[in-house]
Amino acid sequence: MPSTFQQTLDTPTYKGTVNINTGLFINGKFVDPVKGGSIDVYNPATGKLLTSVAAGSKEDVDIAVAAAKQAYKTSWGLKVPGTQRGKLLNKLADLIERDLDEFAALESLNTGKPFAVSKRFDIGATVSTIRYYAGFADKIQGKTIETSELKLAYTRHEPYGVVGQIVPWNYPLSMVSWKIGPALATGNTIVLKPSELTPLTAQKLAAVIVEAGFPPGVVNIVNGYGSTVGQTIAEHPLIQKVAFTGSTATGRRIQEASAKSNLKAVTLELGGRSPNIIFDDADLEQAIKWASMGIFPNAGQTCSAGSRILVQEGIYDAFVEKFSAAAKALGGAAGDPFSASTQHGPQVSQTQMERVLGYLDLAKKEGATIHVGGERHGEQGYFIQPTVFSGTNAMRSIREEIFGPVASLIKFKTEEEAIEIANDTEYGLAAAVFTENNARAIRVAHALEAGSLFINNYNTIENGMPFGGYKQSGHGRELGEYALQTYTQVKAVHINLGMRL
Amino acid sequence: MTTFSTEFNTPLFKGKVSFPTGVFIGGEFSKGASGSTIDVINPTNGKLITKVAEATEADVDRAVKAAHKAFETEWGLNASGARRSELLNKLATLMEKYHDELAALESLDNGKTFGWAKGTDTAFAIATIKYYAGWADKISGQTIETDENKLCYTRHEPIGVVGQIIPWNFPLLMFAWKIGPALATGNCIILKPSEFTPLTAIRMCSIIQEAGFPKGVINILVGYGHTVGAAMSSHMDIEKVAFTGSTLVGRKVMEAAAKSNLKDVTLELGGKSPNIIFNDCDLEQAVNWAAHGIFWNHGQACCAGSRIFVQSGIYDEFLKRFTERTKNIKVGDPFAEGIDQGPQVSQQQYDRIMGYIQSGKEQGATVHHGGERHGNEGYFISPTIFTNTTPDMKIVQEEIFGPVGVVIKFEDEEDVIRQANDTVYGLAAAVFSQNINRALETAHKLKAGTAWVNCANQLHANVPFGGFKQSGIGRELGEYALHNYTQTKAVHVNLGHRM
Repeated sequence: MPSTFQQTLDTPTYKGTVNINTGLFINGKFVDPVKGGSIDVYNPATGKLLTSVAAGSKEDVDIAVAAAKQAYKTSWGLKVPGTQRGKLLNKLADLIERDLDEFAALESLNTGKPFAVSKRFDIGATVSTIRYYAGFADKIQGKTIETSELKLAYTRHEPYGVVGQIVPWNYPLSMVSWKIGPALATGNTIVLKPSELTPLTAQKLAAVIVEAGFPPGVVNIVNGYGSTVGQTIAEHPLIQKVAFTGSTATGRRIQEASAKSNLKAVTLELGGRSPNIIFDDADLEQAIKWASMGIFPNAGQTCSAGSRILVQEGIYDAFVEKFSAAAKALGGAAGDPFSASTQHGPQVSQTQMERVLGYLDLAKKEGATIHVGGERHGEQGYFIQPTVFSGTNAMRSIREEIFGPVASLIKFKTEEEAIEIANDTEYGLAAAVFTENNARAIRVAHALEAGSLFINNYNTIENGMPFGGYKQSGHGRELGEYALQTYTQVKAVHINLGMRL
Repeated sequence: MTTFSTEFNTPLFKGKVSFPTGVFIGGEFSKGASGSTIDVINPTNGKLITKVAEATEADVDRAVKAAHKAFETEWGLNASGARRSELLNKLATLMEKYHDELAALESLDNGKTFGWAKGTDTAFAIATIKYYAGWADKISGQTIETDENKLCYTRHEPIGVVGQIIPWNFPLLMFAWKIGPALATGNCIILKPSEFTPLTAIRMCSIIQEAGFPKGVINILVGYGHTVGAAMSSHMDIEKVAFTGSTLVGRKVMEAAAKSNLKDVTLELGGKSPNIIFNDCDLEQAVNWAAHGIFWNHGQACCAGSRIFVQSGIYDEFLKRFTERTKNIKVGDPFAEGIDQGPQVSQQQYDRIMGYIQSGKEQGATVHHGGERHGNEGYFISPTIFTNTTPDMKIVQEEIFGPVGVVIKFEDEEDVIRQANDTVYGLAAAVFSQNINRALETAHKLKAGTAWVNCANQLHANVPFGGFKQSGIGRELGEYALHNYTQTKAVHVNLGHRM
């Protein structure tokens, strides 16, 4: 019988109880894993143990897949009209909104994000993304295609059936919404693995999925490790499609597993080392604010972070000075996520913190200049000082993804040089251009090899705009209408109206 | 402020209904500029239900000003798609809350049975609003590759202030079909309900207030076609008009638009839709659908399958079963149990339909069933079947808009398609055959905006509906309706071409 995790909080920003079931969520119920086993969940702001949740293994995934398959054949898929799927998704959004604060408290406990941020950006965004896809559920449209009058030729955009979804720890609930929104709108059933580091909000989501009235087996949530649950999903012969967000290294393993098993369709949202190009004629004050927004929120744990800031030589010194001051001020606002004045949170885990610190050591060894930060913040929890260092694009500490609150500055002379440096990376997730010259802004944006381009802004993600990577940042798109293509397969139907052999 | 209150005490609905009435402009109820009223008549007995404020030309002017103000400040692209979506969803939720009340008002005003008003009209109206709520934050244009020295894209912008004129046959449903896509795309609206059936539209005014739409976004003027309708069609500051009603009036709307500011016009007009039933149909199903095709809503449906072509091999059996089915239609009080058909909407319509029945008799057609008034009170007409017609008869050529079906025997496939298409109308058509080639080929050859294969009168919020030929211009429902309420701006940004 699975246990529950309950905690009462009395903080300046949240007063109340958080309450979740810690079991695996399969076929509409919380269950114990077949082989037993659990995973400890920590509070990264303090380093202390919060609770443990059930850890699934291959057997549990098999049971979940069977439940999802059955649901697809009977109570979901195209058996349920789009309007009904949309109705349930809208209900789910309503319930998450009803419990907004509790979801935000869980997210902040588990990730260390400041409570106001969890509430507005993580949970608030989750609600709006699910509502967006609720509105698409009855708008899945193929085409009729004129060939000849002896034929009726048309396409259907059909769901895959059972899809596997593996989500990361940096925006736990929000990443789940990017996945389940379009998948459910298009009629798929789901086996989803949250990150074992940050399972708490997914557990609460499971409870409201039941309350919203989704038939059992439509959404299954199986916590566990990548090497067990994740691998099983990637190899599973009955899963027709897997969608993964996480590191490029793990993305490769998923694609390999698919190739070796049933060639299931794979979409990947991976890492990035996104360039933010700031020209002499940028609005400097705005550029600094946006550049800071591009790298420091979420303690730098954003795949599309503008982590390589290319600054033209004319404004370079002024930029360094003011940007470093902004980073320093942010470091002063590090602390308890439930304190109203906190603006900077910890890295999600000990391992992540050590990784980032490792890159900071490397940067120092490679001869980078540290302008501000460069060290751990405090002794408790996994905080790192917002850091700014400068160097060249040849340095490993600038080429590899750090995934921390660390901005790498590169000085450049000309537009051509900036574009070349910007594109000189195996990644291609996002990029930005700051300049008041419109033609240049757009020309440069079009020349950059990235899936999301921001001109005079950074990371203003919209439900209606697609998001995804070029090159080794991934393939496939999430959000917008484009995500529907990620979860449907095209059937072309040719009906003979009069051709005779 | 005036209020309409009534108490329902009927087998199918009991309850008190009370709501503000008046001309609804800028988010407020008021008397019309002229101070006059319009009588709302109960079609089951011809008696007065209530009087409502009459809007006239001066009210149209005032409404247009309020709408333009809202468009420039709190609506149009000043309100994000997500916001427009939120308000439309709120409206749908409130309509769900008042579902029974709306159905009862519709039934009282129009005469359709409470069962149909609740299960079809109100339910479908709510579904339509929900459907368009989902589109509001998904309005997209295109980026178009020309060359790398240019950024070329299109914006699908709202038109601004649009006029909408709706009919009396499905008052609330037509209201939803109009406001859904117009609001989703960011337009402000002046809407004229039919003066015969204003009650649900007036009720919607306070629901719109309750949902929280900014003032002036939707303005509702109950008035006559020749005053309010004409003023809207020729108004220099209304940038688009959408009309559903008779082809006759549709011409007037289009003419007025042409003579004033060339406003864009979309029209949903009449029909004389053919229903072609082949020998190889599923006969029982064909009979049932054919009955639904003509007798639904007392025949007061623009897409009614009013010309029923039956192939000779099954003609006798079809007619026999179809007549049986028709005999089983129970005509009576819309609020009583077990009733299928209420009265026609008005004295005018009653007279018109009886006139056509008379002409059928005079021109030599056979009244196979019905053909007379039902009862002594109100505007009830018995479901009627004519046979032995010739193509030139008025009852075969002209839209009757009543529970009067014409059954025509045919033999040759090509000839029946020719006959089916031999009409100025082109709203809908139906084909019954179990042979896929025959069914689809025929459907493809019929000149109609909707072709039903082995069904009739099937509508969905997400499938477009509209006419070929003189049945109309433009499409409602589905994604297609968004085109009615947006205008395309192409933007060419020079990135490097030098003169």
